[in-house]
Amino acid sequence: MTPSIRTKNVWGRDIEPEYETRSPRQRRDEPGVGIRIEGLSKSFDDVPVLHDLDLEVPAGQFLAIVGKSGCGKSTLLRLLVGLDTPTSGHIGFVGPDGAETEPSARIVFQEPRLLPWASVIDNVIVGLGEGVNKREARRRAEAALAEVQLAEKAGEWPSRLSGGQRQRAALARALVSQPGFLALDEPLGALDALTRITMQALIERVWREQGFTALFVTHDVGEAVALADRVIVLDEGRIALDIAIDHPRPRQRGAADLAEIEGRLLKGIFK
Amino acid sequence: MTLAAELGKPITLPTGPRIPARRRAVQISPSALLPFLLPLAVVLLWQAATSFGWITNRLMPAPIQVVWAFWDKLVTGELAVNIQASALRAISGLLVGGSIGFLLGLANGISRLSHALTDTTLQMLRTIPNLALIPLVILWFGIGEEAKLFLTALGVFFPIYLNTLHGVRNVDPQLIEMGRVYGMNGWTLFRKVIFPGALPSIFVGLRFSLGIMWLTLIVAESMAASSGIGHMANSAREFMMTDVVILALVIYALLGKLADVIALTLERLTLSWNPAYQKPVRT
Repeated sequence: MTPSIRTKNVWGRDIEPEYETRSPRQRRDEPGVGIRIEGLSKSFDDVPVLHDLDLEVPAGQFLAIVGKSGCGKSTLLRLLVGLDTPTSGHIGFVGPDGAETEPSARIVFQEPRLLPWASVIDNVIVGLGEGVNKREARRRAEAALAEVQLAEKAGEWPSRLSGGQRQRAALARALVSQPGFLALDEPLGALDALTRITMQALIERVWREQGFTALFVTHDVGEAVALADRVIVLDEGRIALDIAIDHPRPRQRGAADLAEIEGRLLKGIFK
Repeated sequence: MTLAAELGKPITLPTGPRIPARRRAVQISPSALLPFLLPLAVVLLWQAATSFGWITNRLMPAPIQVVWAFWDKLVTGELAVNIQASALRAISGLLVGGSIGFLLGLANGISRLSHALTDTTLQMLRTIPNLALIPLVILWFGIGEEAKLFLTALGVFFPIYLNTLHGVRNVDPQLIEMGRVYGMNGWTLFRKVIFPGALPSIFVGLRFSLGIMWLTLIVAESMAASSGIGHMANSAREFMMTDVVILALVIYALLGKLADVIALTLERLTLSWNPAYQKPVRT
């Protein structure tokens, strides 16, 4: 990790001390990657979804994307993880040395998408891809499950887990390869209100510990304000609003200044 | 922590899905006997009907006579030879027809080109009842083993083909997308996502084809054969040995049930992840 990149963070989040206090075992091999999007457009059957989008995301930033349904926020994520190809424009991932790299991008979907015929731990091992020896894969998967507090369910079938536990397993699968960039596509959309609060805290914690760049798509403006360093409002494929939130963490939900930002965002969405 | 200390730590790895401890009941519960109640009643009624002379012995022998016929065929070794001949035909027909159906089902489920090339033809062939092919099969293969193998293989082919195709086509596309995001492709994607996802449907096809396998075999063996249960029944008919004819039917029923039990057990073993095969856990 090169701290100089971190200090250049224009969003002013002082994250250096966290990395100092982390034990070497927790230290990531690979820091978060920056994202550089230039003139990105995407159309489906001549129906434009994203228009000439420019966006720069510094390494390690937690960026939330909000907007009405159909505003292109999920499409943007799918383009970023390579599930779709852009109609035009460029997506680049920037390594710590400033050069463009091939990122290890991961995505958490709204549905857990666990393989029902594989145990929880085998599902997490899927996240490592090929070429990791069995013992090492198991050790890392166990660590990832412990990270999301699901270690005791390692041997269970996914069908035995609750909705929140399934989503935590999916998060462990995404995190086990220690990605530089994690896309979250409304990952809490299908969960009940109380489970959502727990999961938000969990996502915030693993992000702080691992330092990946997070792109969090949500339709819940409160959630975006509680978690993100920066919130973008997408409207008809264009960035309508771009707000930095540099409040200390963990944030108090419903605090007056956060509520004010929430109001501004909502106004931006329904303008 | 030193490496030695790291290595010295006891390793506790879960060894796979935990199956709830479930002991087999040694005593048989009354509800387990329920399925046998009806067959037992039928046998008793049958014995009564023949003993009291309600039906003539010539058309319907008493159950006890069937048992004697069974004993007779057993000690002469005739039964073993015939069961072996039938079972061998059944298994080889299932293996040949089943594997072709399975492979074509996979190919057509995965590849659009293969589907476009072959599916219409196969669907047309499927509408021909396979027993209607008997005259043609006799002309082609005579009345030897090849004819029986061909008919049985053809019979089991379609259910396995259709259900494999259906299974592969209906694998959750979200899971396939997930697999691709995690770098799976080709063989890995097939082994980890497509095949396990299609397996429940493949088993449905297998159980269907087992029924068709026996049906085809019975007809093929009655038509022309020098061994097999069907041959045994057919030659018994010529000598008016009704007890042996009935015995042949009972053996067919038992073999059919056996095949079904084997298929069900395989299904249970491989699909233990499926909530439909799990006992509910109280939490």
